[in-house]
Amino acid sequence: MPLTSRIPGLALPWRPIAGDAPMAIATVGEWQWTEAARLVRECGGRLVALWGSDRRDLDEDDDDRAFAVHAAYAIREGLCIVELLVPESKPSYPDLSGLFAPATRMQRALFDLVGIAARGASDTRPWLRHGAWPEGTHPLRRDFDASSLPANTLTDYDFVRVEGDGVHEIPVGPIHAGIIEPGHFRFSIVGEKVLRLEERLGYVHKGIEKRFEEFTVPEGYRLAGRVSGDSTVAFAWAYAQAAESLLGVEPPARARWIRALMLERERVANHLGDLGALGNDAALAFALAQFMRLKEDWVRLSAEIFGHRLLMDRIVPGGVDADFGAAQAERLVGQSHAIEAEVRELRHIFEEHAGLQDRFFTTGRVTPELARTLGLTGLAARASGQSNDLRTDYPAVPWTEIGTRKAVQSQGDVAARVNVRFEELLESLRLVRAIAVGTPAGPCRTELPAAAPGALGAGWVEGWRGEVLVVLEAGEGGRIRRCHVHDPSWQNWPVLEHAVIGNIVPDFPLINKSFNLSYSGHDL
Amino acid sequence: MIRILRQIVKTGLVSEPPPRADQTLRQRAPEIQDEVLRLLGRALTIRQVDAGSCNGCELEIHALNNAYYNLEGLGIKFVASPRHADMLLVTGPVAKNMERALRIAWEATPDPKLVVAVGECGCNGGVFGESYASRGAVSNVIPVDVAVPGCPPAPIAILEGILTAVSARMGEGAGP
Ligand code: SF4
Repeated sequence: MPLTSRIPGLALPWRPIAGDAPMAIATVGEWQWTEAARLVRECGGRLVALWGSDRRDLDEDDDDRAFAVHAAYAIREGLCIVELLVPESKPSYPDLSGLFAPATRMQRALFDLVGIAARGASDTRPWLRHGAWPEGTHPLRRDFDASSLPANTLTDYDFVRVEGDGVHEIPVGPIHAGIIEPGHFRFSIVGEKVLRLEERLGYVHKGIEKRFEEFTVPEGYRLAGRVSGDSTVAFAWAYAQAAESLLGVEPPARARWIRALMLERERVANHLGDLGALGNDAALAFALAQFMRLKEDWVRLSAEIFGHRLLMDRIVPGGVDADFGAAQAERLVGQSHAIEAEVRELRHIFEEHAGLQDRFFTTGRVTPELARTLGLTGLAARASGQSNDLRTDYPAVPWTEIGTRKAVQSQGDVAARVNVRFEELLESLRLVRAIAVGTPAGPCRTELPAAAPGALGAGWVEGWRGEVLVVLEAGEGGRIRRCHVHDPSWQNWPVLEHAVIGNIVPDFPLINKSFNLSYSGHDL
Repeated sequence: MIRILRQIVKTGLVSEPPPRADQTLRQRAPEIQDEVLRLLGRALTIRQVDAGSCNGCELEIHALNNAYYNLEGLGIKFVASPRHADMLLVTGPVAKNMERALRIAWEATPDPKLVVAVGECGCNGGVFGESYASRGAVSNVIPVDVAVPGCPPAPIAILEGILTAVSARMGEGAGP
């Protein structure tokens, strides 16, 4: 891509990052850090991710050792990463949560992991640190010693209390009733009505970002593909992009098409599962049985053709570890047609079902204005009038060839999120067919050169839930020095707290499912 | 309603025959066999606990509930509380932040209880291993009867693991 993204109105020393979308990084001072955020906010851009790293060992002068904090912004021109060096003697940086609401939890996590604080932030409670490592130690610092940790003690969490006549609290979790990931929800309610929901997450924090340091750049894709199992393709692809960007190679054309095929298959699988569960949560068990049957058919063909039901480990740096022939292309097309016919029938059933529509409409509403203010992203944002989708905003091969239609709704309720899912599901079925017949011949993989220490790469992919970002830095001996992986659930979890306000408690599972956010992708 | 009925009729029965128990998956001598035998002849209730998984294993456990595997037909049911469960089905490396919750769930499950660890992570920590934040294998935290490898194991392998764990109470094997 010849274009370099840059923030309009601010001259910064941008260094381009190779990749499908226009991307660039600039190292800035404190004033520019805040000014960049303000300008991005002003031009309608969004904060994609915020992370920190320890680079004190890279500084030769002992008096000048520094950490770094990074903010990645999406603007019309592309992805802009702003990097601020934070001196060890004064480990803090200007707070961004006043401009970007999603920064709040990212800053809290950043402090837990790296030990640099957002100066001026109002909420500084620990977020990922529940007591597995003691206060004052930070796992992503390079001198962190995991071998001498004291016993695992859980710390109390300071929930916000809602006072008032007849208000009472319902604590739920971390283990929920059902087959779902763990997290804690605290509802403050009057009668059946939710006054407030406060989430506490981090229960499945398993040290993913630290773990990356034990792998080489070509190896890291397996861990990336397990950040959030339901988005394994999106993460593995973003990781592969980051590795290729860092190494200065491009995957063969055939690999790009096959990657896109897998991404759309992952989108279809998740939408099928979630639509079934949404019907079920609104008391239509029939929907669950039907959609889960379709999903099973879908993943079985993935296993048959590509060797894995969820398509794990098929996307690797340099290309793909999977291929298909003409007979299989025919099966892909045939299945996609068959499933489309059934999905259309089921959609009719949804639309004609008064009970279902009654539960879906106006439930869990996030207005477009609230979505903008809170930084909602991905499919949930498209259901609230925010028309961002990387596949159309910064189109790359194969979307440049086969096009893709963005699904946008504006009412922001469960019904809108159901509609966006149906629309995207049908569009992805079309894309699967277009890719199956349009994939060019050629090799599936390219050789990888050695990684130069200090080299940086980034990958940015529109997964089924929203945008996934991976930023990768190489260290000595081809190893990963730092890998930041970002799931869109970071943005959307806080919005769920708003979406349930004023709804009745029994509607929570339905609202929650309509977002279906990742715990693992968030907790890392 | 007509559309719903038509769709049900069109779909027909899709359930497939279940797998057989695999004795090689067994990890712990069934010292609880006698008590388990007492339970013979009634439904098996399972409480699933995600102790730190990437959620891939959950997708396959969900799939186990689809019509192809006919779980309820085999008398196997997922329940909401460990107090109502005969078996814990545990996924993930055990995140340290989940360690206590997992122990509490295990203690709340009435004896004799069975524990099946699911997935590479449940077996040995998987790609996440043991770290400042992860205890690794489920058996590092609670006793495990059967561990099912795979990342994630396919539904049929999970079912095989469940049947292996209960085969003691059902006598020889666990065929249909
Ligand atoms: S075994 Fe694989 S799918 Fe299961 S939790 Fe571990 S990484 Fe995820």
